[in-house]
Amino acid sequence: MSRLFLARNPRVAARVLDGEMMIMSGKDSTLFTLNKTATILWQSADGTTPLDEIVEKRICAEFEVGSDEALKDAETLARELAGHEILQISEQPIQQVAKIVETR
Amino acid sequence: MPELTTEVDRLSLVIEIGGMPVRVNTTDPDFLALLEARYSGFISESKSAEIEFEIELAHPNPNTDDAPVEVMQRNGLWRLTRGDFRAEWKPDARTGWIRQTANPYSIDAVLRIVHTLVLARQGGFLMHSASAIRNDKAFLFAGVSGAGKTTISRLAPRDTTLLTDEISYVRKQGSGYIAYGTPFTGELAKLGENVSAPISALYLLAQGQENHIDPISPAEAARGVLANMLFFAKDEDLVQSVFRSAFEFASRVPVSQLTFLPDARVWELIG
Repeated sequence: MSRLFLARNPRVAARVLDGEMMIMSGKDSTLFTLNKTATILWQSADGTTPLDEIVEKRICAEFEVGSDEALKDAETLARELAGHEILQISEQPIQQVAKIVETR
Repeated sequence: MPELTTEVDRLSLVIEIGGMPVRVNTTDPDFLALLEARYSGFISESKSAEIEFEIELAHPNPNTDDAPVEVMQRNGLWRLTRGDFRAEWKPDARTGWIRQTANPYSIDAVLRIVHTLVLARQGGFLMHSASAIRNDKAFLFAGVSGAGKTTISRLAPRDTTLLTDEISYVRKQGSGYIAYGTPFTGELAKLGENVSAPISALYLLAQGQENHIDPISPAEAARGVLANMLFFAKDEDLVQSVFRSAFEFASRVPVSQLTFLPDARVWELIG
């Protein structure tokens, strides 16, 4: 089975407040509030860490779920986030071309 | 043989909203009169303008589509389109043109869009909210259609000056924010007063069985500001600016939830 790599879309604006990750699409100004799992995916999406490793180290540890089930759910979520152009996904490591502006 | 020429009078007026004068030129005296009536109270005697638009009136087209608004920038030229208008604006040259039929709604939309683009660079914005001045302080009441913006405007006591029942104009000034009156109306169909005051609070409207104000978390406040801001452009830099502006506003202006009955006593909680 091929591994999946995630990278943040550099064309979004993002900010964490009170533990809530808010993201605004640079394409159409749509506002997204990410849940805990999606926030973990976003924060871990460095383009080089494979999804299964993110799930194992961050999601299974946080939510006490089995890795197979968590990986399946995480992949579905990652594809959904990619559909909204919040994340980029690829079967190859992704080189980040621009620094994400995460305002504080 | 005498040269054939057609002399066309160039008619003009300056519409000043939020302290930004915009000159519009037309060759049609009836349309000019329509604009004078539409923007009554917001017509400026100013000779200079920050932007100048030439208006080209088109014949009504029964097949006009209802395409949604599109706002895009390329090489310093903004293109604004909707089913009922096309416009271009070049900020560097401070000029543009609008092609529309003789109606007040199209130019209204163009002006709103242009103001959002200018304000986005300055930390300000337009917001889906009613606003009013009481005791020299401005209060904003935000919410989607049906949330109660017009209702709370209608219930305002006599010592209140209505800035708008639909779209508030917010400018950053120093460490605070100023709300300006706008001619952008909702169901009340009454223009706001062309005055301004420092913003004292933003209330996110909810309707309920009694009047009360509840605190909300900083995240809810920021989300409330973002959800009610007007922004149309597909421009990544400006989206970043608008996003930052929303958080900054929410960190500097008290934001809370106002639950109210359609009852004038709600104003006892405000001001």
